[in-house]
Amino acid sequence: MSVVADVAIIGAGLIGAAIARELAGQDLDIVLIEARNDVGDGTSKANTAILHTGFDATPGTLEARLVRRGYALWQEYAARTGVPVERTGALLVAWDEEQQAALPTLQAKAEANGYLATRIVDAGTVYAMVPDLGPGALAGLTVPDESIMCSWSAAIAMATEAVLRGVRLELECRVDGATVLADHTVLHTSRGDIATRWVVNAAGLAGDTVDALFGHDRFHLHPRRGELLVFDKLARPKAPVIVLPVPSKVGKGVLVSPTIYGNVMLGPTADDIEDRAATGTTEAGFAFLLERGRRIMPSLLDEEVTTAYAGLRAAHDRDDFVIEADAAQRYVVAGCIRSTGLTASLAVGEEVLERMRAAGFTCTPRAVLPEPPQVPNLGEAGLRPYEDEARIAADPAYGEIVCFCERVTAGEIRDALDATIPARDLGGLRRRTRAQNGRCQGFFCGAAVRAALEGRGAR
Amino acid sequence: MNREPVVIIGAGPSGLAAAAALAPHTPVLVLEREAQAGGIPRHCAHQGFGLRDLHRSLSGPAYAQRLVRAALDAGVRIETRTMVTGWASADALEVTGPGGRRTVSADAIVLATGARERARAARRIPGDRPAGVYTTGQLQQAVHLHHQGVGTRAVIVGAEAVSWSAVLTLREAGCAVVGLVTRHERPDAYAPMARLGSLALHVGVRTSTEVTAVLGHGRVTGVEVADRRTGAREVIACDTVVFTGDWIPDHELARLAGLMMDAGTRGPAVDTALRTSQPHVFAVGNLVHPVDTADVAALDGRHVVHAVRTRLAGLAPLAAPVPIVAEAPFTWVAPSLMRPGDIAPARGRLLLWSDALVPVPRVVVRQDGRVLARQRLPWPAAPGRVFRVPWSMLGAVRGDGGPVSVSLG
Repeated sequence: MSVVADVAIIGAGLIGAAIARELAGQDLDIVLIEARNDVGDGTSKANTAILHTGFDATPGTLEARLVRRGYALWQEYAARTGVPVERTGALLVAWDEEQQAALPTLQAKAEANGYLATRIVDAGTVYAMVPDLGPGALAGLTVPDESIMCSWSAAIAMATEAVLRGVRLELECRVDGATVLADHTVLHTSRGDIATRWVVNAAGLAGDTVDALFGHDRFHLHPRRGELLVFDKLARPKAPVIVLPVPSKVGKGVLVSPTIYGNVMLGPTADDIEDRAATGTTEAGFAFLLERGRRIMPSLLDEEVTTAYAGLRAAHDRDDFVIEADAAQRYVVAGCIRSTGLTASLAVGEEVLERMRAAGFTCTPRAVLPEPPQVPNLGEAGLRPYEDEARIAADPAYGEIVCFCERVTAGEIRDALDATIPARDLGGLRRRTRAQNGRCQGFFCGAAVRAALEGRGAR
Repeated sequence: MNREPVVIIGAGPSGLAAAAALAPHTPVLVLEREAQAGGIPRHCAHQGFGLRDLHRSLSGPAYAQRLVRAALDAGVRIETRTMVTGWASADALEVTGPGGRRTVSADAIVLATGARERARAARRIPGDRPAGVYTTGQLQQAVHLHHQGVGTRAVIVGAEAVSWSAVLTLREAGCAVVGLVTRHERPDAYAPMARLGSLALHVGVRTSTEVTAVLGHGRVTGVEVADRRTGAREVIACDTVVFTGDWIPDHELARLAGLMMDAGTRGPAVDTALRTSQPHVFAVGNLVHPVDTADVAALDGRHVVHAVRTRLAGLAPLAAPVPIVAEAPFTWVAPSLMRPGDIAPARGRLLLWSDALVPVPRVVVRQDGRVLARQRLPWPAAPGRVFRVPWSMLGAVRGDGGPVSVSLG
């Protein structure tokens, strides 16, 4: 490529998409590079999808600051783009005396983080809030502003806005090497060389590998597999709030959370592994989750499991986000960003731009910016197209339900295939519409959904 | 809002048969979410449909067509691509179709929503989520309705009647079948079917075998199986895996209505006339016995006419029901409620599901500790198919007594 871009961002997950969107607010030529065939398709898609207040972050860290700022930014951005957010609140449940004794410390930590709304409640209140909890809860801590959201729509909204602001999105483009020259850098990719003045590393689980291309050795990532079970929508009333474990020295915490799609999620496990492609669930994971679930909410196990999945979080040897600019190489890293990165994403975008400016990068805001995109509502609490009388009257395709369990219409599938960043395969379609994510997992609609995809030349 | 005398939800065999039988007496509206009426038989290419209700053997699609024709000829209105998504109130349905979103209320509502096979995650089988994983329902629709290609080498999980149907479908799609695996000690299907299957189709059944993982990332590369007797694990290479059987009723509307549910079938609890716990709601077909054959479902449809007409005539409800309870090895019984003085169940049979093969079953019916009947039946109780008990065995049940148990002794 002969043209030298101003900025190349490596990785189009939540963080890369947020950075691309933010930088594209400036008058810049930007390329967003993604190894997979969709945005938000790596670690981002298997997030627990909680919009965190940051009550339990370590006070004074970059993570604490960006999560808090990101939470505020998402309130507005979600409203403008239609990314569904539901403020369910969370309840930390203490199951033993050690956990109960930790509650005041957690409350103090929340206050040190500037979050003042937590309350310590007794067992009676705990059971009044979540009557289906198993026996033995001693007390709890309420966090009324913890929310659930859709991490798929979040990545798609930010990446779409970036594209609408002129960012070039290169999919299925893996960065294998980098040559840093005097005034620009050449990225060697599976789709040829890309020349750029600045490089931003938002490569998630591959962040340390990309960092090494620039001669850095400041953090090491390894995949931490988190397996989750998703229960049927009929279980949703059992989980009115996010039920969180109290962090403790012994044992890993498993949460029971409503999902924005109207299901209930149990998980995650936390297995440190080597293989960065091991996204399968395991027998041991199932057994562990079912054992925990039986204690936390026994009646949940009477409900059907809709699906199970495993996500890989980027576990690392630093105890904070790493956002650092290397002025000499015109290179920025946004690494070591764990699951709180969903909440922090918009703030990470701001932070990266600020660090680049501090390192001598100059840019000027674009005079005119397009309106933010509207993403289809995947949230169960909001109005879905199949319920929208006026919308069906205007376009009957929104009255033709193709995926019965998730009530996804032919109109929404068409839209996902025609979108600014279209679905390229079944996974992409699922994340844009919820098609085939429901209890039948394709028994009824699988063939019809595939026909719709293949009819459009998708895989 | 329009008000209907009778709305039937689901245009499969049970819903269509109920509609055709009710239509001479009262206007009937059938709501079907699929593009075509006919239900599951639409995509079952093999013969053998219609034996008990039409007294002939038809292919699935021909049978479905006949039921649709009979309903239309009787004056039934069928709306396809029209889905009931919930309840606006106890007797009003929220309905979405290309024609719009509307509310339909009815004096009598018949749930005929059928059943589906549990998907892989519901069976708690780990692994990644590669392409090439099917249920029989999805496979049949892919091959028979959409003419999509499947893989080249398939393993079928289950060895019941529907599993052999999957074998035939894979044959048609040009996909070799490596074999069937079942956790049971004996093939679950009728012995003649399994024998015929292995002889004519050269497909073997691995018994006492459980699938412990699906392998592969982008595409299935195999399944890991465990021998239940020895615990030994082995990988069978394949690019397609079909999960068959393991039925669960499509019970969402029943549960959202707050109907009393049956813990065994996981469908709504019904009495012998197919009434649910709400006097204006009825349930038929594989929603209440997951699953029996299509013709038995259709005969349920005819059977519900009595209860619906009684309700429309405004007759008073019957006496309180006596529960019928299935004891191991049975996992469910349908109907699971009986009322003194009520009609016998459809076809005069009580339907049960067995988790173990009992070649010569001696059925015992008890109430309040007393044996009411004991009878050796000339057909086996076997996993993967319905076991039928003559209703006459419950003739001595006392309407003022406790639960009636059905067991093997």
